[in-house]
Amino acid sequence: MNEHSLLFNVFVYLLAAVIAVPISKRLGFGAVLGYLLAGIIIGPWGLSLIREAEDILHFAEFGVVLLLFAIGLELNPRRLWTMRKPILGLGGAQVVVTALILIGIEMAFGLTGSVALVAAMGLSLSSTAMALQLLMEKNLLSTPAGHSGFSVLLFQDIAVIPMLAVIPLLGASAVDAATTGFDWAGLLEAVGVIVLIVVGGRFALRPVLRLIAATGLREVFTAFALLLVIGTALLMQTVGMSMALGSFLAGVLLAESEYRHALETDIEPFKGLLLGLFFIAVGMSIDFGILLRDPLLIIGLALGLVAIKAVILYLLGRLYGLPVRQLPLFALVLSQGGEFAFVLFGVAQTAGVLPTAINDTLVVTVALSMLTTPLLMVIHDKLIEPRLDHAPAPPMDEMEDKGHPVIIAGFGRFGQIVGRLLHANGIDATVLEHDPNHIETLRRFRFKVFYGDASRLDLLRAAGAESAKVLVVAIDEREGAIRLIELVRENFPHLQIISRAWDVAHAFELLEAGVHVYERETFEGALKLGEEALKRLGFTTWRAKQAAHRFRAHDEETLHELYKHYHEDFDVRVNISANARESIRETMQADEDILSAQADQDWHETATDKSQDK
Amino acid sequence: MGTDTNIVVYFAHLDIERSVINRTLSKAVRDLPNVNFRDLHELYPDFFIDVATEQAILRDADLIVFQHPIYWYAAPAIFKHFLDTVLLHGFAYGPGGTALQGKDFLLAVSTGAPAEEYGPDGIHHYPFEELIRPVEQTARFCGMRFLPPLVLHGGHNLTQDLIEAHATKYRRFLEEYRPANTRQEQM
Repeated sequence: MNEHSLLFNVFVYLLAAVIAVPISKRLGFGAVLGYLLAGIIIGPWGLSLIREAEDILHFAEFGVVLLLFAIGLELNPRRLWTMRKPILGLGGAQVVVTALILIGIEMAFGLTGSVALVAAMGLSLSSTAMALQLLMEKNLLSTPAGHSGFSVLLFQDIAVIPMLAVIPLLGASAVDAATTGFDWAGLLEAVGVIVLIVVGGRFALRPVLRLIAATGLREVFTAFALLLVIGTALLMQTVGMSMALGSFLAGVLLAESEYRHALETDIEPFKGLLLGLFFIAVGMSIDFGILLRDPLLIIGLALGLVAIKAVILYLLGRLYGLPVRQLPLFALVLSQGGEFAFVLFGVAQTAGVLPTAINDTLVVTVALSMLTTPLLMVIHDKLIEPRLDHAPAPPMDEMEDKGHPVIIAGFGRFGQIVGRLLHANGIDATVLEHDPNHIETLRRFRFKVFYGDASRLDLLRAAGAESAKVLVVAIDEREGAIRLIELVRENFPHLQIISRAWDVAHAFELLEAGVHVYERETFEGALKLGEEALKRLGFTTWRAKQAAHRFRAHDEETLHELYKHYHEDFDVRVNISANARESIRETMQADEDILSAQADQDWHETATDKSQDK
Repeated sequence: MGTDTNIVVYFAHLDIERSVINRTLSKAVRDLPNVNFRDLHELYPDFFIDVATEQAILRDADLIVFQHPIYWYAAPAIFKHFLDTVLLHGFAYGPGGTALQGKDFLLAVSTGAPAEEYGPDGIHHYPFEELIRPVEQTARFCGMRFLPPLVLHGGHNLTQDLIEAHATKYRRFLEEYRPANTRQEQM
């Protein structure tokens, strides 16, 4: 079946996903279980449409790499630093305690020293892809449980490195390793690569991104984003480190750059698809042959593993002071074995540490344990969560979704004034601007500006449109403003939209699109100049101001009137508009007559004379 | 409560975000069904008052309330501007200026100093009623009844309970308010 064309395979994957995932979601099991089931169905033990499960799994692991890159983008170095305690404390405790207890149990099963150690190390790790995907799907990443869960996963990702490093020392080839001694050159290489990533990410990436963005070709930017992640991952791989960790590092280094949102949105579809593929591959790789040979043992192992991990997580979370009502979620979401176990066992098998039979059993156990998590989450949501005491969770500040209340789209000469006023009043805005040269200038004034086309739904979402209150539309493109407003009205109906309008016609189009408030961009400035002209023609400052106020009021009234007839004939509107122009003049004149009847005619002259005398 | 009773409350405060008293008072009355609560600074931040609209509202009202803190023995400046621009010749006084005749006028105000400071021995020297004579006379001049003012003295040192009690009194007054008999007889 190897002659299956690439396109055919892709077709099968997509079809399986498109059918299974919506059904699973509709039934309340979430997308992950849908992917897993799709994998089982199309895999060698299902319809056998695809055979190369293992190759696919390797390829799809890149989805995890992209996932960690995206998570890195959300975490700038400062926030990462504030998380050092949960990462090292809770994460470290989880891995060590779980591994030790698992070794004890394995000994009881008759596994010996190095085999027991490798198995325990692999099984102590959870699935970053699974846990994070579930947490994100349910929007729980910013809760204490989500936050702690993430810390544990991050520690595990780092812990994989030394785990992978010790395996060769345990194996049959240990004799060779012992003679050559510790691999100092390898360590040096590893450190060198990390330094390269940190220094390069810190200083070189931003200028390069700017150059690429300046081309204005979106697909080149996307290509570069992927290139960056793949390049980093490959670099890490060549020195024997976790690809995911490398891309996470690259993400963290870019978390403070203005290209963060653009990168995030460009990576997003690839990440989603590859993660889906990853889960499909896990589903395909469940070896039902082994399962059927001894179903009780395998199912018992999988459930036992999940139970042990969940209990340890629960107790550690409790020790660590997590809110009681968050504990079940924390314990269950991390209770499965993970993709790193596959990697670890694979390496161990090749190194001759792990006998093939044991490896196969362990892989099936881990894969099955991953199948339990989406189900456990359903049980948690339906049965456990409702019974918990619903005391409000304490606020978390480190991993919180720090969305600003205002999004300003377009930061040219118009948007800047809005932004500066807000900034002066202590209100932070997320700014979207599509001109990279512009951004560079603005950064010097220390504005938080993001690169990207505001009328893209994914970018708006990344910029926090879900949690923002106000959107200021200040982009200098008529049609773009309309498109943006229509998009936002449809997808974020809670957002108050205030927009810059070119002229009356544009103002009406904005109203049609659903804007809440508009302001004609030239109106206030022109009115102010008109006021100045009146002053120079002899009006007192006060009277000129009053005249401007009156004019504005009449003009707004006319616009309101005109808009009522917006859907009528053009000629009708022209007529109304012509009449309105006349009537403004008449009304203003009438106002003026009343005023001047009461005014002291000499007052103004004496006032100017006096001021000239001085 | 007769829903045909129309009350308009005009309100202004220069620092409402930090005012405990006037926020409490406003909250106590602004949701009453027959009260039109008009925050002047909110409506006219540029002091450009819509004269026609305000005249129409005044015409329809049975009771006109001015609610504000006392600044320098008077209301915040926008109230004076309101009087100057809305209570015009031919509307509120002069030939044909009968729009406000027979209506009731209530002052609902707060002061910083305690009541005993308003008198010959206090720092404000004059009794409070003397200091608000210009408003009283304005109301009379337009043919309105000047009802006994609702004053909350000593705003600098009041417990929340005392403020709440005053707010309740204010609300009850507006709830129980009925236009004077003379007007009902006219109808």
